[in-house]
Amino acid sequence: MTYNVDENGYYGEFGGAYIPEMLYPNTEEIRQQYIRIMEDPAFEKEFNELLRDYVGRPTPLYYAARLSEHVGARIYLKREDLCHTGAHKVNNTIGQILLAKRLGKNRIIAETGAGQHGVATATVCALMGMECIVYMGAVDIERQAPNVARMKMLGATVRAANSGSRTLKDATNEAIRDWINNPVDTHYIIGSVVGPHPYPDMVARFQSVISAEIKSQLQEKEGRSQPDFVVACVGGGSNAAGAYYHYLDDTEVGLIAVEAAGKGVDSGESAATSYLGKTGIIHGSKTLLMQTADGQITEPYSISAGLDYPGVGPMHAHLYASGRGEFISITDDEAMEAGRLLAKLEGIIPAIETAHAFAIFDKRKFKKDDLVVINLSGRGDKDLQTYIDYFKL
Amino acid sequence: MNRIQKRLQEDKKILSIYFTAGYPRLEDTVGIIESLEKHGVDLVEIGLPFSDPLADGPTIQESSTKALKNGMTTEKLFSQLQEIREKVSIPLIIMGYFNPVLQYGVEEFCKKCQEIGIDGLILPDLPLREYQLQYKDIFEAHGLLNIFLITPQTSQERIREIDAASEGFLYLVSSASTTGAKTGFGQEQEDYFKRVAAMKLRNPQIAGFGISNAETFAQATRHTHGAIIGSAFIKHLTENGASSAGEFIKRIR
Ligand SMILES: Cc1ncc(COP(=O)(O)O)c(C=O)c1O
Repeated sequence: MTYNVDENGYYGEFGGAYIPEMLYPNTEEIRQQYIRIMEDPAFEKEFNELLRDYVGRPTPLYYAARLSEHVGARIYLKREDLCHTGAHKVNNTIGQILLAKRLGKNRIIAETGAGQHGVATATVCALMGMECIVYMGAVDIERQAPNVARMKMLGATVRAANSGSRTLKDATNEAIRDWINNPVDTHYIIGSVVGPHPYPDMVARFQSVISAEIKSQLQEKEGRSQPDFVVACVGGGSNAAGAYYHYLDDTEVGLIAVEAAGKGVDSGESAATSYLGKTGIIHGSKTLLMQTADGQITEPYSISAGLDYPGVGPMHAHLYASGRGEFISITDDEAMEAGRLLAKLEGIIPAIETAHAFAIFDKRKFKKDDLVVINLSGRGDKDLQTYIDYFKL
Repeated sequence: MNRIQKRLQEDKKILSIYFTAGYPRLEDTVGIIESLEKHGVDLVEIGLPFSDPLADGPTIQESSTKALKNGMTTEKLFSQLQEIREKVSIPLIIMGYFNPVLQYGVEEFCKKCQEIGIDGLILPDLPLREYQLQYKDIFEAHGLLNIFLITPQTSQERIREIDAASEGFLYLVSSASTTGAKTGFGQEQEDYFKRVAAMKLRNPQIAGFGISNAETFAQATRHTHGAIIGSAFIKHLTENGASSAGEFIKRIR
């Protein structure tokens, strides 16, 4: 039994590649090549060097003494917020830009919600001298203005998605349409473990460096490589996939996924996919999906743009359906308070996405000696305006 | 023999029209189909609207959004079409995205189509392999043809594979684009249509995407068995209303 992907691109019943024929040649090319490219020693060398010298890896595993004391558990933070560009997203974009180069592509497109993936994509495009177009929902362009400016500064073109709820789902639709219209020279750097096979697996592999490092860092600090629990917020699920990856089949390690409840799971304004979703197709993948009884995709809501997505990656759908993962949903208010708490206790202002993962302690109790690793997926610089408005700072 | 196959045996260029069910007004669906048959259209693709139509450009996106706002649902469409076979005899295809079908229940959906007298389905995001593994038997048991797309980027090998798996016709997407994105044809399309024609496939080919008037219809059908018009027809309905459907067809042939 494995919780990883099978040879057909499925995690249990979830995954696959439900794409129109126009996208078949592109995804098929990646499917045939990605493992070979990623396992090529020259690729590995270039990827690892960039992660070390450019991104700043390994990121620290930090024992959060004051938070541990406050919560009553032994809590380590995996500091993805210290990556260049401020979040884990760059692990994946470094990998995919190197892949795109080897596939002979010279034009890069991406979708973004919080703007972190957009910034991480714009960054690697600048690094490699490639054209970069980022699709972003019009609502997100407003609530994540600093990241829009960063992308522009990096030379990327930001295009507004004006359909639907004008957030991450709609930006992804527009990016896919762009790819249909530009099938030959363009690579689509998807920013999470979503989309048609092999994207979920490819992105998870690029992010798996997170749990590879946790293992060796814990070994060094605690004399054991397994924590009792790994906690991560889940939008599409890439930071969680990376933090879980090397523990997926190690069932001694509890995997806790934290979703955005928005204004409450039953408020009609939520993005808690595991609670509200049913099996469906979104962006080329069979997965859990928020939808009407008629199969129309529902508009999600969260204060955090990066979690404001009506689906979840197929790996996480399977973790949920199989019971391997424990899913908790956190409201806007709970997340904001948890963000402030982390700032006060540890001097770290997290991204609002990340803050959701820190809000579970009222709902989920741990034993005093439980070893809990929380993936601190990103820093809160981009969210200052939201924090200012919320707390009247 | 299925109505689509029968129609394709006739010695003429097929004119097929796509429109979004429930657009411009919820109750326009049946009237549009009747008017298309009356004006000599050979085949009708009834669009089941979806909230997130990935392969479609703005025109079909907007008509889908409007149709959903009007109250169109899968159940509603089936009830509108309940007596359609007392009114028209041309081949009818339902075209849509896979998720609404999946939610309705694939078996249930196919059964309903058969009861009504639907002849085929076009579900662009249900790929060949998934279809063959999971759904082919269900479609066939209900007499439904599943129509697959091929594009200028589809390899010869895959065209052969899709041809072998198809009954009815191949939907030849004219250029790498979403619907309604490009109009008109150049040398590239002509070469592509010729290249496919030269493969002597089992199934006839009908071209779609980028066909908007008599001229592009003539160009598209020079090397194919017919052509499909979608976005241009929907634009016409937007501007002139459902009652003007016939006028549009008269201008094509
Ligand atoms: C800091 C941070 N964490 C988490 C996410 C959510 O994405 P994922 O679930 O793919 O990690 C985002 C997305 O923008 C983000 O910026």
